[in-house]
Amino acid sequence: MEATSLKTKTPASRKSRGWDKFFPRCRRLLPLILALVVLIGVWNLLTTGLRLLPLPYFPGPREILYELWRDRGLLGLSTVYSLRLLAIGYLVGTLGGLAAGILMGWFKWGEYWLQPLLRFIGPVPAPAWIPLAMTLFPNSFLASIFLLGLSSWFPVTILTWSGIAGVNKSYLEVARTLGAGDRVLLLRVAIPAALPSIFVGLFMGLGLSFATLVVAEMLGVKAGLGWYIQWAQGWAEYDKVYGALIIMALLFSTLLSVIFRCRDRILAWQRGLIKW
Amino acid sequence: MADAKGCLSLQRITKVFPNGSGQTIPVLQDINLEIRAGGFISFLGPSGCGKSTLLRLMAGLETATGGVIYVDGEAVQGPHYSRGLVFQDPNLFPWLTVEGNLVFGPRARGNELEKGILEYFLELTGLTEFRRAFPHQLSGGMAQRAALARALINRPVVLLLDEPLGALDAFTRMQMQDELYRIWRAQQITVVLVTHDIDEAIYLSERVVVFTPRPARIKSILDIPLSYPRSRENPDFFLLRNEILKLLNLSRPEEEGEFVYAI
Ligand SMILES: Nc1ncnc2c1ncn2[C@@H]1O[C@H](COP(=O)(O)OP(=O)(O)OP(=O)(O)O)[C@@H](O)[C@H]1O
Ligand SMILES: [Mg+2]
Repeated sequence: MEATSLKTKTPASRKSRGWDKFFPRCRRLLPLILALVVLIGVWNLLTTGLRLLPLPYFPGPREILYELWRDRGLLGLSTVYSLRLLAIGYLVGTLGGLAAGILMGWFKWGEYWLQPLLRFIGPVPAPAWIPLAMTLFPNSFLASIFLLGLSSWFPVTILTWSGIAGVNKSYLEVARTLGAGDRVLLLRVAIPAALPSIFVGLFMGLGLSFATLVVAEMLGVKAGLGWYIQWAQGWAEYDKVYGALIIMALLFSTLLSVIFRCRDRILAWQRGLIKW
Repeated sequence: MADAKGCLSLQRITKVFPNGSGQTIPVLQDINLEIRAGGFISFLGPSGCGKSTLLRLMAGLETATGGVIYVDGEAVQGPHYSRGLVFQDPNLFPWLTVEGNLVFGPRARGNELEKGILEYFLELTGLTEFRRAFPHQLSGGMAQRAALARALINRPVVLLLDEPLGALDAFTRMQMQDELYRIWRAQQITVVLVTHDIDEAIYLSERVVVFTPRPARIKSILDIPLSYPRSRENPDFFLLRNEILKLLNLSRPEEEGEFVYAI
């Protein structure tokens, strides 16, 4: 009797292994999901149900979803434009920041010449350069890339610089006794050792890029999610504004978690997880 | 032993550091020392006297204020992989696995790794199972063995050890001393060991150099006339030990008869 029941149990439990993993996760998230449902319910009640909130400004959840669907063409296009600008600007700023940070952290002359520039220009919020950027660059697209690049350049430079300048001297000495030349010292010791710090710079740079992106789109570029929000607000179509906000929130948080994932993979050596 | 390499010759070495307030502090004063190829020599001396500084000079990480260090007749002019250095802190590169740390030297110089050499040194230091582990996953003793292997894989002729076992517990320490002995015998290299452990110096080395307090001068060089492999229970140990303690002014005053008690 017992033997048969064991036999029948084994395949079933093997099958449900994935579910076993999934289930605790669901249970952990259950309160949050419930809270979200309640929140949407209350919102729906306040707006569509009881009409307690002034209308063009506070549409109900259903209107927003409807607008999201109805205007999907323009919203999708705006998202693509935003992403394109963000990607190019962030890439330019990050590469510039890495280059400047490495020069400053590794070479005396790099620090001497770049530090004043960094101190002087860095703290100025990138949107403050909008008037200058608009006159310096032939079109608003290039101007925005400049602004986005500037805003990510600053934190990436600072943290790459401090990361490389602060590399444990013993690592460099050990590497030299192992026969490493200057190039190896920089590429295979200083930069890997500075990676944790560099990643902090990448996060901060991305955050600042988001802010600059939206400001730039609202002020100059005639495309993108920032522009869409501005434009919808002009027509008092607040359901569209909220729709775009939701997309923006999803987009930006996804991008941030992509960097988090990259960091976790690249800096796997940092995690003090297993002790043999 | 005709072509034995790793003979060291220190000639009139002095070293002076600026102390930050415009003055200079002499750290090493007129150090003359000959170390035979394939020898094992230990440095003992009060803390802060300049032992590490001397070792760093031999490694080429610092330049002497005066004097020259010759290795096989050639003056030291900077770090070279033929002179391996291991610190008290293993200083493994935390972003590389044990294996990555070991092959760092050969790769850094753009050398092809000799076939089987990685496996040989992993085996020699008992790290074969942990070749893919990251440094934070190793115990203190394992990390120090990995640091040793990382230096040895470059086939150095001189191995400079700065209190390599200082951070280990007494038990692991003794095991590692045996391993050091084994490695020294197997690799036929010259070993210079800085240590605070008098027993360790006696157990391992052919000669023990005792330094004065800063500025370090050679106070005495003791031959350890015990044959290898040595036993820690050898009664001669205690005689040598007392002699060194006396040189370091660490033996009890009553024994030295330095104190006269007034009645
Ligand atoms: N880079 C430096 N600049 C200035 N002074 C230094 C420097 N390196 C070492 N010193 C000084 O030289 C002296 C000797 O230092 P060293 O590290 O060689 O001593 P040590 O004998 O190894 O001591 P310990 O046994 O405690 O390790 C110390 O007084 C130290 O302050
Ligand atoms: Mg020291």
